Amino acid sequence: MNQLTQPQRPADSAQGGSAAPAVQTFDPRHFHAQAHDALTNPQIRNNFRTAMDGLMTKRRDAFAEWDLETLRQLGANVRLRALAKLPDLLERLERNCQANGIQVHWAEDGEQACRIIRELCEARGAKRMIKGKSMVSEEMHLNAHLEEAGIEALESDLGEYLVQMAQETPSHIIMPAIHKNTGEIAELMHDKTGIERTLDADALTAAARAQLRERFMAADVGLSGVNFAVAETGTLCLVENEGNGRLTTTVPPMHIAVTGIEKVVEHLQDVAPLYALLTRSATGQPVTTYFNMISGPRKPDEHDGPREVHLVLVDNGRSRIYQDDELLDTLRCIRCGACMNHCPVYTRVGGHTYGTTYPGPIGKILMPHLLGLDATRDLPSASSLCGACGEACPVKIPIPDLLVRLRKEAVGEGRGNVPGAGVKRDAKEVAAWKGWQWLATHPAAWRAGTGIAGRFKALSPDRLPPWTDYRAAPKPAGRTLHAMIKARRKQEPSV
Amino acid sequence: MTAVKLYPAKPEKVYLFGTCLIDVFFPDAGMDALHLLEREGIEVLFPENQTCCGQPAYTSGYHDEARTVAGAQLDLFPGPWPIVVPSGSCGGMMRTHYPQLFAGCNREAQARDVASRVFELTEFLIHVCHVRLADKGEPQRVAMHTSCSARREMGLAETGPKLLGQLANVTLVEQARAAECCGFGGTFAVRHPEISGAMVADKAQALEAAEAEHFVTSDCGCLMNIDGYQQHEHRQLRGEHIASYLWRRTA
Repeated sequence: MNQLTQPQRPADSAQGGSAAPAVQTFDPRHFHAQAHDALTNPQIRNNFRTAMDGLMTKRRDAFAEWDLETLRQLGANVRLRALAKLPDLLERLERNCQANGIQVHWAEDGEQACRIIRELCEARGAKRMIKGKSMVSEEMHLNAHLEEAGIEALESDLGEYLVQMAQETPSHIIMPAIHKNTGEIAELMHDKTGIERTLDADALTAAARAQLRERFMAADVGLSGVNFAVAETGTLCLVENEGNGRLTTTVPPMHIAVTGIEKVVEHLQDVAPLYALLTRSATGQPVTTYFNMISGPRKPDEHDGPREVHLVLVDNGRSRIYQDDELLDTLRCIRCGACMNHCPVYTRVGGHTYGTTYPGPIGKILMPHLLGLDATRDLPSASSLCGACGEACPVKIPIPDLLVRLRKEAVGEGRGNVPGAGVKRDAKEVAAWKGWQWLATHPAAWRAGTGIAGRFKALSPDRLPPWTDYRAAPKPAGRTLHAMIKARRKQEPSV
Repeated sequence: MTAVKLYPAKPEKVYLFGTCLIDVFFPDAGMDALHLLEREGIEVLFPENQTCCGQPAYTSGYHDEARTVAGAQLDLFPGPWPIVVPSGSCGGMMRTHYPQLFAGCNREAQARDVASRVFELTEFLIHVCHVRLADKGEPQRVAMHTSCSARREMGLAETGPKLLGQLANVTLVEQARAAECCGFGGTFAVRHPEISGAMVADKAQALEAAEAEHFVTSDCGCLMNIDGYQQHEHRQLRGEHIASYLWRRTA
């Protein structure tokens, strides 16, 4: 059974007797309750607002000198072309990777991908894995799977390291620990690793770096994600800032790269515009500290690098998305996180509220395909359709249109291409819309009805929860616009 | 890339699509829009059988119902005249989503024709009427909340502020995070009331922090949300539709 049909996190492991706070788990089925908790938590509100404001400003400044619209269109075109040729490009990628000495594996779902990775480790007696950042590995719950097999997987991206230490899940796809401020991180590192409490971020980073360095050296296997897989050259590109990606992919004797099948691009030159868009959209950086291009294992005359490199290509629902010409746009995503940084809902409720691997707008359009519309029933509706995500998206994914499409699927008026389609169809709501439809297509009845509402406005309710929990009830005006214009026509027949 | 919109010369007549919210809750805004257009020498046609553009059902996923209601509006504009809508969200629905909603149907061409003639009111006043406003009001500090549909779906971040900028005694102040949604979002406000409530509280606070004495918006959805919040909280700062504000200060 696919693990993704299970709630996001496995049951908490008991924290033996210490004063450690209970580990909180999140589930998309509890979106409303989780949103309530976040909205009433000033620390969470402040951490996200401050961080998102900063990220939005950095992105804006980073693109200040650029013709952003042209660059976004270029990025969108590169991704659209890659998706148009996806089956062919994947085969070319496989051939060219193999020619470079990279062993390629295909996984239909997360469970199969976990098994492939576990078996690679077991065959070499690998017990200690060091991980670079990989959201696909989060998506398939790799760490829990390996742990059951007695393989320890340690996250080496600083944010992921902290989140793992706190037994949490990432709250952002680029900045996994963005929900924590420096004070909270200091407390966590003090509790778990025994370092002195300090609010000096550099000191905390240095401490984590020292702790991790030993683990890199001792690791049997390194696992990373992939930002762009280049079909024509068989090159795996990895974008990062901390050098942990470089160490993960070069120090241990085996490197396993895991990625979704949509990450392939056709040409090496396609990487340039996507990279320019990715770093600026994500963190406002013109370039990251590291850009790794992995094109195979150590060659006979080389002194370092892994002896084996594997690429695991994971489908996990993506080829089903691929079948639908509208939903296909979901697969353009280059995982920059700009949609969440600009989302007024994400900014207020934070990433954990969604209860899904990918939070925010991209999560709302992707996770229903992975978990079904039943488990994610409250996600597509959790948007005012303000369009800030679509405006920020570097590859122009029409996120609001896709949210509307998923709402349509959820109420059973779509094409039925999403698991759980029709799950939100509710007889009472359908009847309400049918009633509205009748009134709005019978203009005389509409005028009579709205006219009566105006005449008896004194009787209109003052309490209309949940609207009036926060706002005054809207009151019909005494006369409708229709009535006013009709009265005016009587006075001045020409109008 | 946003297509460059080519604007027609000022026409003899326009259709006014009043929107359901204006019809029932803010009819004065509709009348004021009509007055502003008439003052530009344009005859305003108000098709009596208009009801709702269909957006509430469209954004809720009920596209069959939305299409039926939208279809009932398509026949109301037989002449070649522009269709002026005093709302960015209804205007955006008609301009952007009508062609999508009727794609592949036998009414697609008609939907495209209607969509191509839709203009939001402030857009029409600026780009088609080239209106010049003479302010007769007292000095006032005013903030503009441009709806997300006007701003992003229709690309009209500038037209409202430009009109206010023509009012000599008005000081236009900008609230922090002016481009952020007020939290209305149609049925979003009732499906996710707590999140929507947090958003409108922040928006109201930003407007007050900008020391605005009044705020205007080109969308009655946002108005009902922000002004409704202010009423609920017994706050002084209040808002109105930009058509009413412009007409009141210049009539």
